[in-house]
Amino acid sequence: MTSLEDKFEESKKLGLQIVRESEEDRLMTLSVGPQHPGSGHFRFTVKVDGDYIVYCDPDPGYVHRGEEKMCEYRNVIQNIPHLERPVIHDSSNITYSYSLAIEELAGIEVPRRGQYIRALASELNRQVYTLYWLAIYGIFLGHSTMFMWPTGDRELFIDLLEVLTGARVTHAFNIPGGVRNDIPDGFKERCLRQMRYFQKRLKEYEDIFYNMPLFRQRTEGVAVLSKEDAIKLGVAGSVVRASGVPYDIRKAEPYDIYNEIDFKVQYMKTGDCFARSYVPFLDMQESCHIIEQLLDKMPQSGEVRAKLQPNPKGPPGETYRRVESGRGALGYYIVSDGTPKPQHACTALPASRPKARRHAGSVLVAQLLASGG
Amino acid sequence: MSANNDEPKKMAASSQKSTENPPTPDKLPVPAAPKPAAGAPPPKKEPEAPPFEKGLVEEIKKKFGESIKVIFVKPLRIKIQVEPRDIVEVATFLRDSMGFDHAESAGGTDYPKENQIEVIYHLGSYTREDLGAHILSLTARTSRDDARLPTLINVYKSVEYHERETFEMLGVYFEGHPRNERFLLPEDWADIPPLRKDFRIKGR
Repeated sequence: MTSLEDKFEESKKLGLQIVRESEEDRLMTLSVGPQHPGSGHFRFTVKVDGDYIVYCDPDPGYVHRGEEKMCEYRNVIQNIPHLERPVIHDSSNITYSYSLAIEELAGIEVPRRGQYIRALASELNRQVYTLYWLAIYGIFLGHSTMFMWPTGDRELFIDLLEVLTGARVTHAFNIPGGVRNDIPDGFKERCLRQMRYFQKRLKEYEDIFYNMPLFRQRTEGVAVLSKEDAIKLGVAGSVVRASGVPYDIRKAEPYDIYNEIDFKVQYMKTGDCFARSYVPFLDMQESCHIIEQLLDKMPQSGEVRAKLQPNPKGPPGETYRRVESGRGALGYYIVSDGTPKPQHACTALPASRPKARRHAGSVLVAQLLASGG
Repeated sequence: MSANNDEPKKMAASSQKSTENPPTPDKLPVPAAPKPAAGAPPPKKEPEAPPFEKGLVEEIKKKFGESIKVIFVKPLRIKIQVEPRDIVEVATFLRDSMGFDHAESAGGTDYPKENQIEVIYHLGSYTREDLGAHILSLTARTSRDDARLPTLINVYKSVEYHERETFEMLGVYFEGHPRNERFLLPEDWADIPPLRKDFRIKGR
């Protein structure tokens, strides 16, 4: 048996002009997309070495709408509906930090019942978001039951939010000063009933999906993001919690009434794909407890929003407020020059922090989606 | 008729009041909080600076002295402004000695009146528990005509994309950044950077 090396030497002796292939020659650059890999429209430039992806460079921006520029042309209330668009499945949370920021700038006090209701809407919306992610994650791994079940159970929460806010997906419910409307009659009982059902379902999710040996094999020990790297890259939400950093804005910087709620920050130390997919699951369980407590502790009557001027505005200034959204810390940086229109509004979306530039093999899908879009 | 008669009286009364009090109290009658702020700005201007945040600022000032300009110290929020040439050094100090280990976001604001662009980095901490709720805003200003700043990519890896976005949206060139190039805008974009104030949306 002659090895490749021997053959190469032999051909040299024969005087053949054979040039050894360098690594650079082997790499092929491919443009993947623009397509919708479960996370918004994207184009990837990948370099492949045979079957292995050795370099990946994302090219986002196909659905860039210029929200920041649009903010400069509208006053603070008009901005709410279009600011939901960046994270359509988590619309209550993305308007939450915006509302907090405007309240701080304009000095608006939110009534306690209003604070409870918008925390409730945000928790329900977090469940919607996480279930949507879980469904997509399931089907991308070829597990179609895990697509059907979360998609079906997501309807529970969408229906609840429909009763609460009047809209199924984009609610425009959290506004500076509180929420748009009060809780309808019988909402508490219905919500508690569905929460009991959902907690039962979560156990079934665990049995069929998270405890499945095949799933464990594909995710455990795969694509480990160490604690140091996670901190250095500044990743947020369940991704950083899966790498052993118990950081949750609801605990670290409690907004509204979250300091009155008793809950744990769920985190894991392994930092692999399994941890990244299991921490959101634990978050869903925790969120159920939070929803039950919110319904329990909510004041039975009272105002749900502060009375506002037609165009809320405050003295010139700037603010940066954060909430824990389904994806992690979501901040709004707003600069006001004293007019009703923000001079500059910048959304600090957790997903905009880089985490896609990784070297990955066949686990790209499991890895990419585990970080939640 | 009686209602019609009453209304002008009320109007007249309120307008009289407003002429008596120059800071227009009738404009914001409902929310309680902004009233004292609008009525008496001088005492509100210097609220008691929270001791912990003050300590952090003192620590930074001790190291860098006068080159640091403290814009504000509020509960949980600090904003400092540095000279562009110092920004890498200050950021390295904040990361290594103060515990601000990650950048949450970076962006910029255009101030055409001052002919300046302000680039801002929001720094937070995962490792220090007592800093978990704090955000330190590190800013630097550069001229609009030749907007250049040193990149912080070697200090905070995660600002790579944010700086690229700031480059194309505000036209700030980050010296040392490997890719000052098109990121989110269409490939055939041929206009001034869109987040500058002199860029107007068509038809508006």
